[in-house]
Amino acid sequence: MKAILSGNEAVARGCYEYGLHVATAYPGTPSTEILENVKNYPEIYCEWSPNEKVAFEVAMGATFEGARSLVAMKHVGLNVAADPFMSMSLIGAPGGFIIVSADDPGMHSSQNEQDNRYYAKFAGYPCLEPSDSQEAKDFVGEALSISSKFDVPVMLRMTTRICHSKGVVEFGQRQQFPVKGFKRDPKKFVVLPAHGRIRHPLTVERLKKLQQFSEETDLNRIEHGTKGVGVITDGVAYQYVKEVLPEASILKLGMSYPLPIEKIRRFSEMVETLFVVEELEPFIEEQIKAQGIGCEGKKYWTNLGELSPDVVESGFIEAGVLEKKRAVPTGEDVIVRPPIFCPGCPHRGLYYVLKKLKAVVTTDIGCYTLGVLPPLESGDTCVEMGASIGVGIGMAKAKGSGKGIVATIGDSTFLHSGMTGLLNGINDRAGITVVIADNRITAMTGGQHHPGTGNTLMGTEGKHINLTELCKALGAKRVRVVDPYMLDEMEKVLSEEMQSDELSVVITNRPCALFPPENRKLIKQNPFYIDSEKCTGCHLCLKVNCPAISESEEKSEKGLTKCIIDGNLCTGCSVCAQVCPVDAIIQKE
Amino acid sequence: MDRNKNILIVGVGGQGVLLASEIICNVALKAGYDAKKSEVHGMAQRGGVVSSHVRFGKKVYSPLIKKGDADIIVAFEKAEALRWVHYLKEKGTIIINDYKLIPPISSMKGYSYPENPIERIKKRVKNVVVVDCSNIAERLGNLRLVNTILLGVLSSYMDISEQIWTTVIEEMVPKGTEDLNKKAFREGRSVSES
Repeated sequence: MKAILSGNEAVARGCYEYGLHVATAYPGTPSTEILENVKNYPEIYCEWSPNEKVAFEVAMGATFEGARSLVAMKHVGLNVAADPFMSMSLIGAPGGFIIVSADDPGMHSSQNEQDNRYYAKFAGYPCLEPSDSQEAKDFVGEALSISSKFDVPVMLRMTTRICHSKGVVEFGQRQQFPVKGFKRDPKKFVVLPAHGRIRHPLTVERLKKLQQFSEETDLNRIEHGTKGVGVITDGVAYQYVKEVLPEASILKLGMSYPLPIEKIRRFSEMVETLFVVEELEPFIEEQIKAQGIGCEGKKYWTNLGELSPDVVESGFIEAGVLEKKRAVPTGEDVIVRPPIFCPGCPHRGLYYVLKKLKAVVTTDIGCYTLGVLPPLESGDTCVEMGASIGVGIGMAKAKGSGKGIVATIGDSTFLHSGMTGLLNGINDRAGITVVIADNRITAMTGGQHHPGTGNTLMGTEGKHINLTELCKALGAKRVRVVDPYMLDEMEKVLSEEMQSDELSVVITNRPCALFPPENRKLIKQNPFYIDSEKCTGCHLCLKVNCPAISESEEKSEKGLTKCIIDGNLCTGCSVCAQVCPVDAIIQKE
Repeated sequence: MDRNKNILIVGVGGQGVLLASEIICNVALKAGYDAKKSEVHGMAQRGGVVSSHVRFGKKVYSPLIKKGDADIIVAFEKAEALRWVHYLKEKGTIIINDYKLIPPISSMKGYSYPENPIERIKKRVKNVVVVDCSNIAERLGNLRLVNTILLGVLSSYMDISEQIWTTVIEEMVPKGTEDLNKKAFREGRSVSES
């Protein structure tokens, strides 16, 4: 049987076919759909862990028990899991273990475009890079077999274009691999200085063996073409090279670390000019050059953003390999469509009020980061998961007061890595205001449960975490719950807490308007409409930035365009009605 | 078919672009071709720009279409048609839903919805097909049928049997809406026949 699968769906299918036992993750674009699809195979235990570090540790524990396991995360998630990632190198992966790193060249949905192949080199792990969906599935099997054979964790490095592109995949049967059981061996599993000194030389030996494997494996294959031009390439870049230079000789690296240096040397001797086409950093190019093998790469292909067939083609034109046959057509300048809060989103009222109060807002990673964009423009710093609280504390300490500083963080992000920051703020008496925008879901990645929602990925009932109790248990004395649809109440509570000398926590209590999908019906109230006779065209309602509100064709006496509400989109949250100065926004009976 | 076919589907988050491209991809697979499609999810869902590249033929490498290399563009919205028209081949065809979706940001200084997008497109390319799908969908009693109507229009510019299209549509649309969707497909397909 064959079907059209995305790279992420194919990885999940690979988990099934290659006998995986345990899969874990924290959601993060572009990796999220891997676990969302693994859950369709009940043979595999899977979970959304509270963060990538815990996810890593759970999957690591499973492979210590002799199971085949996998942990998936977006590229920046590996920064969170870097501690176990590095130390595991000394231990190995007795049952077989895959780390999926889903990088995001072009930053479609991320704060940076770090190239995680460097992490594989850093820890001395093999790095496998599928170039389409079929390989995404096949490489799960390859990675697990390399992992078991060499007792080493393997990085399966994906990119957004591989994760989210779809292609034809052939299906196979599930293979069975019994869980081998934990074999007590403290010198291996207990990382102490004394043990580390014994294990480190073994990892050096292991890397030499992997190097040899890399020379021999078909994962790194030469496709013979013309002798004039040779191209070394990996991941999705391979597809672009095949597209624009079908006759060239190609060394396709399915395993980009450790590099098959001797194979590369032989390949370089077969061709007249050698190019390296790789996305992001010159990871392969630098290592090849360090071996004294002449090649060109980043001279013609940028290390910024995604490659594309256009970019790869223009690089070959610049290098004199291709003739310029046509001018690349340029697009028209068309109005942008920045993502905005959904109708009924509980974050809208929060950021509207924070702007009004002129708060210094240290914000965090999630849908609510969109509060930074105009017209709400409320959000002064955003760095990484959980940073809002630590950064707020640091600003308060440097300034001498936490008054007016508001750290905003979502529920999922708070449980991911905000709790320790809050603990710190309470102990430090930082005096900032922490707002937990609790919409009871991980929304930005498409509505995943987290350990606080009361449901698990496998559909079992979990523990619903009461955030008020949790914050009090951490030592917060001032904890208040507010309704983010009620602007006056929000303003009153937030302005009081911003003036307080003590650290306070304000928790908003409306659920996400989009996820889980049942919410869409639950939250729907009678829609509002704008009485065009009363509307003066002041456009204050547009400042709440709701997709349901737009300008109409009708104009006021002063020639200002009036506004209308799309009743199909409106959820009846009433925020716009509260900002209308002439009470022109009315709820339908 | 000697060369791969490149179809670009564009619109705004929530319009059904991704389901449409999913259907085209499966139609191509069922017709015996290799097929790939590519789009980026994430931030784009929330009212943002959505584009989906579909390519099929004997063997497809790149999941992305080069600029100026799309055989057909299907645009769910007029400004989006203008944004992506430079992906069309000189002799390609652009199918445009006669529909305007103004982003809320247009109320802010410095942002405005393009004037006369269709005229500007016609200045750039020759084969422009404008269809008022909302009107047809309204007549059929469900505004969500726009994407299936557009697929109907698209199908008349492609060399794959109607039978394959309707089979795939039946398999992929939400349960209970199969007949309505097939009707919408036929309406779209008849636009160019008339």
